Amino acid sequence: MDIFQYGFMVRGLEAGIIVAIIAPLIGIFLVLRRYSLIADTLAHVSLAGIALGLLLGLNPVYTAIGVTVISSVGIERLRTSQKIYGESALALFLSGSLALAMILLSLAKGFNTNLLNYLFGSIVTVTAGDVRVMAILAAFVSLALFLFYKELVYISFDEESAKAVGIPVRFINVLLIVLAALVVSLAIPIVGILLISALMIIPVITALQFKKGFVKTIIYAEVISILSVIFGIIFSFYFNLSTGGTIVLAMLAVFGIVLLI
Amino acid sequence: MPQIDHTKKIVEISDVSFSYGKEEVLKDISLDIHQGDYLGLVGPNGAGKTTLLKIMLGLLSPTKGEIKLFGTDLKKFKKWSDIGYVPQKATSFDVNFPATVKEVVLMGRYGKKGLFRHTDGRDEIIVKKALEEVGMQEYENRLIGDLSGGQQQRVFIARAIAGEPKIIFLDEPTSGIDAKTQDEFYTLIKKLNTELDLTLILISHDIEKITKEAMHIACVDKTLVYHETPERFLESVHAKEFVGENAKFTTHHHS
Repeated sequence: MDIFQYGFMVRGLEAGIIVAIIAPLIGIFLVLRRYSLIADTLAHVSLAGIALGLLLGLNPVYTAIGVTVISSVGIERLRTSQKIYGESALALFLSGSLALAMILLSLAKGFNTNLLNYLFGSIVTVTAGDVRVMAILAAFVSLALFLFYKELVYISFDEESAKAVGIPVRFINVLLIVLAALVVSLAIPIVGILLISALMIIPVITALQFKKGFVKTIIYAEVISILSVIFGIIFSFYFNLSTGGTIVLAMLAVFGIVLLI
Repeated sequence: MPQIDHTKKIVEISDVSFSYGKEEVLKDISLDIHQGDYLGLVGPNGAGKTTLLKIMLGLLSPTKGEIKLFGTDLKKFKKWSDIGYVPQKATSFDVNFPATVKEVVLMGRYGKKGLFRHTDGRDEIIVKKALEEVGMQEYENRLIGDLSGGQQQRVFIARAIAGEPKIIFLDEPTSGIDAKTQDEFYTLIKKLNTELDLTLILISHDIEKITKEAMHIACVDKTLVYHETPERFLESVHAKEFVGENAKFTTHHHS
């Protein structure tokens, strides 16, 4: 049984590799800024977006992107308003969007197997069009990261000094969370809403264990991420397992090994 | 001895007050800092020194009064690359942050570059020179978190110099560093003033040391209590008051 003779598996691998490349690039800034839980929050928000798409009969991927990006700006505003604690803002959006998603889904009669695909990922249903949209979004996110790389690095290291040399800290923070929202939306088909944050966070915290400089840490995270995703997709194909689960467990296994060495 | 150019005002503080909520931290402070000066900013704990520094850097807005940097009102000031900042060590960064010494110093070039422009070979050369200036060139590939407190502070100075500023603000740069390293550190700071011609504003809790090093002393305790040369400052009643009453204010011990 050759995996490459199935068109859907080839598309699945393409989509998986796109996500594997882009997720740690955002993840490293989220981890270092202590924003790890934002990825999870945004993932739950994206479910509300998907539910909205199902209800309105639109492509759920597009509505997920729209709702997640708009909410991400709201989260950042609420987080920095100091009216409530930052992490409470995350908890509020996380549970609030899930409640909204459930209501929308019940209105759309959307509690069916289709929903499971969004929750747990389903690379076999990725279409060529999906891959194209993911590639375009990933290219956009990479370009934005490239353009604002030095600002992101500086505020992650030392926000106050960054402010003192005139770096627009507030704008960069909003940019980061909007980019995170885009990556979350585009990762849905691969591992599903419930496991997206693992893709952004685990390869980065694994790479951090090597105690290298910034650029090297990114490269290590990329290698771990890409290899885990490829391994997870192929392994799950031959053993008929959940792809998302296999990918995340592979990442955790690498993390465990690195921690022990 | 470097010359102070009294015709060129780098920082002008006019009638500045600041409150956190209802608590007034600074009241009616006016102070000019001229090009080439090395100003030691002293005062008891909680006297508002750091607040004043942050106001000068635009990190906090005064409740009353005006600040000018290089003759431009702070609200309109754009040339932040002329400003260097060495923050209080302990609070400013995460020791587990994955950055090499070189990467940290390169950040000093970021403000200079502006949006969308990346650092290049010329920036690398400037970074190397800055590291040589502070005697840390051998450590360029080490992780910042693996260095001692004194070494980290040298790296932060190198980061400030790498931005090629005209003035550097230092907030208690020697806190938590042993006495011998502190002496080396003050020698380095003085070199920035004498050899690189940088204007310096340094917050210190160590009156004995800073009065030997700085060209002027400004003593802040909510208001500007005193602004004079170190000699006259030491003769003044205020110094005696602080040295006598506030033990924490003078923590320099000779062994």
